[in-house]
Amino acid sequence: MNVVLAELTKFRSVASTAWSLLSAAGLIVGFGILYAMVRVSHPLTEGSSFDAVAVSLAGVQVAQLAVGVLGVLVITNEYANGLIRTTLAAVPRRTPVLRSKAVVLAAVTFALSLPAVVGAFLAGQSVLSAKHLDTSLAEPGVARALVGGAGYLALVALLGLGLGTLLRHTAGGVAAVFGVLLGPQMLAGFLPASLADDVYGWLPSPAGLAVTNLGPDPALLSPWAGAAVFSLYVAIVLGAGAWRLRRRDA
Amino acid sequence: MIEATGLTKRYGDSYAIQDLTFTVRPGIVTGFLGPNGAGKSTTMRLILGLDAPTRGSVSVNGRPYAAHRTPLREVGALLESRAAHPGRSAYHHLLALAQSNGIPRSRVREVIDAVGLDRVANRRAGRFSLGMTQRLGIATALLGDPHTLILDEPLNGLDTEGIRWVRGLLRDLAAEGRTVFVSSHLMTEMALTADHVVVIGRGRLIADTSLDRLLADSGHGSLEEAFLALTAGAAEFRTSTAEGENR
Repeated sequence: MNVVLAELTKFRSVASTAWSLLSAAGLIVGFGILYAMVRVSHPLTEGSSFDAVAVSLAGVQVAQLAVGVLGVLVITNEYANGLIRTTLAAVPRRTPVLRSKAVVLAAVTFALSLPAVVGAFLAGQSVLSAKHLDTSLAEPGVARALVGGAGYLALVALLGLGLGTLLRHTAGGVAAVFGVLLGPQMLAGFLPASLADDVYGWLPSPAGLAVTNLGPDPALLSPWAGAAVFSLYVAIVLGAGAWRLRRRDA
Repeated sequence: MIEATGLTKRYGDSYAIQDLTFTVRPGIVTGFLGPNGAGKSTTMRLILGLDAPTRGSVSVNGRPYAAHRTPLREVGALLESRAAHPGRSAYHHLLALAQSNGIPRSRVREVIDAVGLDRVANRRAGRFSLGMTQRLGIATALLGDPHTLILDEPLNGLDTEGIRWVRGLLRDLAAEGRTVFVSSHLMTEMALTADHVVVIGRGRLIADTSLDRLLADSGHGSLEEAFLALTAGAAEFRTSTAEGENR
């Protein structure tokens, strides 16, 4: 508990965390409204699927980059200026440091993302209502998609923390987060179509975002299966980071 | 009390330190001396459990460092002067460390006052001068009111007043019965502050003796000359002038 308090103090006493989280919230709401406006001015052709929730949550896919970078910085900042040695000298068992950083990072990211996601949904729906394309919070699955979107962002922050702990370097950690979130989908595009369809839903970002999907999408895993798969990936990376933190010289 | 036994650290093919055995006793100031690259900082990292020894062991107050539940209450360390987040205030830097070891918030204010940073406690550490940063490092070491202090080059960047203050602080801490282990390049300063010296060169122990005995045995009038004579074969870098003075 002491170490959690210490990490919370560190987290809230530098400006970079506030800026990352504010920009993430801004991106969630801003892109949600923007994308809804695009959909209103360019209606889809008859017969194509339209997911009013997905439109208003478009910003989550942009905000994930800001949140992932924040997760990296929470640990690589300490390596950049030698603070990590002071931190580990104060907590020589080391793993409580990573665990406390994870608790604080995930809790704060979720707590700030949820209102942003709900705000993006409400704003997006009010834009879509001009063309009667909107849906409501009371519709089945909508609440799950919103809570799931905020949860996805919290997991992405943990992914960043895990990669930062493994690589101990800001630039490398940021590149790795972008690579993990965006790279596999691009690579899947090179596979034969039938194989690509099978693989796509298991890739990190599509698996994690399945929880925000309402329409029947055969390419995606079911919402909770996808969340479980993405959580597993994050747990593996964090576990590897914890192992390296414990075993290697600081 | 710090006890190192056969302490050895190898990085790749080369030994940073090899088979160091020494004891740092309470109640006196022990100077830790050696040329650049001798292995002083490596030794201090091993004492603090930051790096794992290749062979040998080291204990602080009777136990390996990592076995202490709240180590800051046992051992205070100053490692690198710039070891603070540049965007965080001195107060929050110290507060986080205090919280991690269950040290009361009031103690943070105490050490800030004790090192003379009270007027700049809320300023971001990145805007500190070298001297202020060094004082913050010393505040970090004092935070847990520890019985053992390990200070790597605490005089770096301090002005005359600061150097004099640290000298008095180290002597006071030792007089209170604490163990004080301090590395420095400033021999004239060590001659004024240390009671005992541990000298290493190229990772090996060269001397572990009282300051008086070192001066008497070496036949040199000053610690500086005695040090240069002792480490003549162990220095990685030495200018021809220094070699000349040495002879």
